[in-house]
Amino acid sequence: MIPFLVCVLLFLFGLYAIVVKRNLIKMIIGFCFMEYAVNLFFAFAGFKREALAPIITDPDMARNFVDPLPQALVLTAIVIGLATTALMLALAMRIYAKYKTFDITEIRRLKG
Amino acid sequence: MRGMTSIVQTVAGLVAGMLFLYGCYITLHGHLTPGGGFAGGVIVAASFILMSLAFGSVEDSERSSYRFSSFFESLGGLLFLGVGLVGYFAGYAFLNNLWAMVGRPLHLVSGGIIPLANIAIGLKVGAGLWAIFLALGASQYVMKEGP
Amino acid sequence: MTEIYVVLIAMLAAAVVAIEVKDLLAAAVAMGMVGFSVAIAFILVQAPDLAIVQIVVEILTVVFFAAVILRTTHTDTTVGKRLKQELVFPAVVYGGFALLFMVLACRVFSELPAFGEPVMRVARDYIAIGLQQTGAANLVAAVILDFRAYDTLGEVVVLFTAVVGVLTVVRRLGRKADKKPEEK
Repeated sequence: MIPFLVCVLLFLFGLYAIVVKRNLIKMIIGFCFMEYAVNLFFAFAGFKREALAPIITDPDMARNFVDPLPQALVLTAIVIGLATTALMLALAMRIYAKYKTFDITEIRRLKG
Repeated sequence: MRGMTSIVQTVAGLVAGMLFLYGCYITLHGHLTPGGGFAGGVIVAASFILMSLAFGSVEDSERSSYRFSSFFESLGGLLFLGVGLVGYFAGYAFLNNLWAMVGRPLHLVSGGIIPLANIAIGLKVGAGLWAIFLALGASQYVMKEGP
Repeated sequence: MTEIYVVLIAMLAAAVVAIEVKDLLAAAVAMGMVGFSVAIAFILVQAPDLAIVQIVVEILTVVFFAAVILRTTHTDTTVGKRLKQELVFPAVVYGGFALLFMVLACRVFSELPAFGEPVMRVARDYIAIGLQQTGAANLVAAVILDFRAYDTLGEVVVLFTAVVGVLTVVRRLGRKADKKPEEK
């Protein structure tokens, strides 16, 4: 149960960076942490003690494998996470080009 | 975008080709060993990014790289759709695995549409990430001209 | 399973560093350490597919962060100042939410199957018939490209949308502004 709680802690660190931090890059880093936490939680949920990775090397082998389903779900999510992170970075770069700062309170003040 | 020193350039020139081949290997053997289209595509994109970071680039080559990457990105997406539609037009469900029993299991020619779909996804992911890198890192557009 | 706890503790420490450090480039590097710790954890829970993808994706993430930070600014000007007035309320709400979340998580995890003993109700079939029905030895590939190929199709669409979004946001500026403003 402790590895699951570590995932929740990492998720809460990411949420802290998003809610309380005021720097845009730090907020994006927090978003990445939340992604990692969810991916890690899936991988932990499918883990089975004393089992092998789900790859068949011999058709007659004993199939004592970990759960392949969470791994398949996470595999696509990791690459999606990279693409969305790049999208957020592009938006942050665009905001910096306009306001010359990453501080969201400054940006809010400069808007009017 | 400027290049780096000659030490970096020499090592990058030695490594990048092997990195590209390794990405192709991971993509093609995705149904037998760990890896697959996602990992292989990202590794291929990493080889291109390594060359670009080490040797720098000029604006004309960046523009042709944009065309190159958008062509391969579209090709990958359409290839994946085509692999799905083959099953549909053969009278089964969309993305049906038609040739699942062709070839011997645990060899390279096996798995039906899975290697083909891996190749399509590898093309798509590699070209897409290379285009993202060009947009974020190499192009001089945003900062120089300003809003 | 001692090594997985060591990796997880290193991951949490690097996460704290990444969030609190003043130099943004150092924050990106610390984020890279978190990602590599996640990759090592994937290897330890027998998920080599995920480990390969996570390592390469982490490298590219740090490269993207460095590309953006080197072109904008290094320093995080908001670190070290006192909490501003308008951020006290989010901080308090966050504290309450975190406490509630941890309590609920403890209660929920005590009812989930324990770490290391999954239920595997769906995966039992996949493992039993995967090689016969798809011909792929890697069961993860069999799941993402045969049993659940629609999931991958949706992922391809999302990736395409994200790439188009990035290229749209960072396009060359002023293609319209170059022309003279036309009279109505």
